[in-house]
Amino acid sequence: MIEIQEVTKSYGGTAVVDRVSLTLPSGGLTSIIGPNGAGKSTLLSIVSRLMPMDTGKVLVDGLDVSRAAGDVLARRLSIMRQDNHITARLSVRDLVAFGRYPYSKGRLTAADAEHIDRSIAYLGLEPYQNRFLDELSGGQRQRAFIAMVLCQDTDYMLFDEPLNNLDIKHAVETMKLLRRLADDFAKTVVVVLHDINFASAYSDRIVAMQGGRLAFEGPPQDMIVPSRLQAIFDVDCRVHAVGDTRLVNYFD
Amino acid sequence: MHPTGSRKPGGPVATAMGNTATGYESGGRTETQLESDGIMRPVLFAIPVVLLLAAVSVLTGVGSLAASDDGRGWLLVVESRLPRTLALMLAGAGLAVSGTIMQMLARNRFVEPSTAGTAESAALGMLLAMLIAPSLPVAGKMAFAALSALAGTALFLQILRRVPLRSALMVPLIGLMLGGVVNAITTFIAYRYDLMQSMGAWMSGDFSVVLRGRYELLWIGFALTLVAYATAARFTVIGMGEAIARNVGLDYDKVVTLGLAIVSMVTATVVATVGMIPFLGLVVPNIVSLILGDNLRRTLPVIAISGAGLVLVCDIIGRIVIAPYEVPVGTVMGVIGSLVFLHLLLSRRSHAG
Repeated sequence: MIEIQEVTKSYGGTAVVDRVSLTLPSGGLTSIIGPNGAGKSTLLSIVSRLMPMDTGKVLVDGLDVSRAAGDVLARRLSIMRQDNHITARLSVRDLVAFGRYPYSKGRLTAADAEHIDRSIAYLGLEPYQNRFLDELSGGQRQRAFIAMVLCQDTDYMLFDEPLNNLDIKHAVETMKLLRRLADDFAKTVVVVLHDINFASAYSDRIVAMQGGRLAFEGPPQDMIVPSRLQAIFDVDCRVHAVGDTRLVNYFD
Repeated sequence: MHPTGSRKPGGPVATAMGNTATGYESGGRTETQLESDGIMRPVLFAIPVVLLLAAVSVLTGVGSLAASDDGRGWLLVVESRLPRTLALMLAGAGLAVSGTIMQMLARNRFVEPSTAGTAESAALGMLLAMLIAPSLPVAGKMAFAALSALAGTALFLQILRRVPLRSALMVPLIGLMLGGVVNAITTFIAYRYDLMQSMGAWMSGDFSVVLRGRYELLWIGFALTLVAYATAARFTVIGMGEAIARNVGLDYDKVVTLGLAIVSMVTATVVATVGMIPFLGLVVPNIVSLILGDNLRRTLPVIAISGAGLVLVCDIIGRIVIAPYEVPVGTVMGVIGSLVFLHLLLSRRSHAG
């Protein structure tokens, strides 16, 4: 369980995250949606201790993220950010292997090698595993980073806009993969998404933020309704039910 | 509820991303092959080459080593030639490894002790030590230089954090400017106290003065190079950026401090004993990275050995071109290094920033 308690973060007097309290139960896939500047990525960075908060507290399974030892937390929670600009020139396999760093500190065991093989296979990266990252396409690189987080094998997995720069095929495959992490491996997946239809189709829970505040939260059928979307995004839209999924049409 | 009907718990998910999966076994075998190819081949190739260069270095010089009855040839080897060759190799290995670590810390390919104000700060430290505590032994002055280099490099990293970096080239520009400012201060003080000649010795590597008893501080630098190797994985993680480093649980600030300490100490030992060799920490890591990548556990030995080899080559050239006189190794390296630097800038690879 991730407990976010009264978390605030300001830049130059403007609160980017404003007294947000939220509890994410273990398991399932939660999407965080909201307009630009709503504080989604900042909140995710705070939860994963990449960024300090001004006030408030975040507990992951009771572990205070601003106090816990780095490697202890790294075995429980991982995050993949959108801007993965890497100076070190690494092969795909080396990158994925560093997902084991919290366990092995760089000296890989046979068990680590098995994790690495499995993650590479799971993302279908075997043909490229000995290539350098700068020799891959954007989509392949994105999958390499997902494989690294997968290799870290934590109960909680956070993704900040993982669909950015992906074409439709890879975006769908990535969301299906995140869905399987929740369903087959009982991971708790939290993902910041821009496309509300992706959020609607793949989430167990949707959290909407606006102006640094928590606006609404609930299951897709409660969240994907015109009145709420209008309040969150300030856009007129209609919602259509297609099978079990509610799709949003905001094109007029 | 979700369009996840195709999922089969425990099923063959390996091909899910639309690619052919070949199973673990082949992956494991490739890893072993890669490990042995990646580490052993370049090192096995480089060691004999460097040993050969070292032998040439010992045999090159004005004095004859021919066995004379009074054993002067042997004395020459023990007192001058061997110390010089060892000093060259230690300085070369140390500076190449320092350059690599700085590139990971600054996350920029164009950074090394002479493009980040580190060497200039070390020289300023030496100068201050000479003025404040002239009776201090060289080791004491070197400690002063190391602290000064640490402060200068830390300042450089702080500036990088504050300045919006629109281009990868901004980073070495800032470093060169900082070095220029520090150098101006040092020159001003040195001029006032008539110490310009010492300053020249610190800033331009010259191994002609190396004798037994006057280079041994470089072994401290070598010990730190070994520390760098033992902690190599951490510096690779640092090179993956602060977010990824923190995500895998690395104590970011602690590792940056360790890296700064290693780089400053190594630079200070070189500046205090033989003088700075510019561009070495830039040329060697970049070429090795181009061929072998940046998994430092694998590449640091190659970088250290290649650094030693390149300095030996430059020194041998310097001793031959105008024999019986010498061109200082710093000058030869400056010419070769700036040409390679220019080439790297012009053919900038996508990951260079």
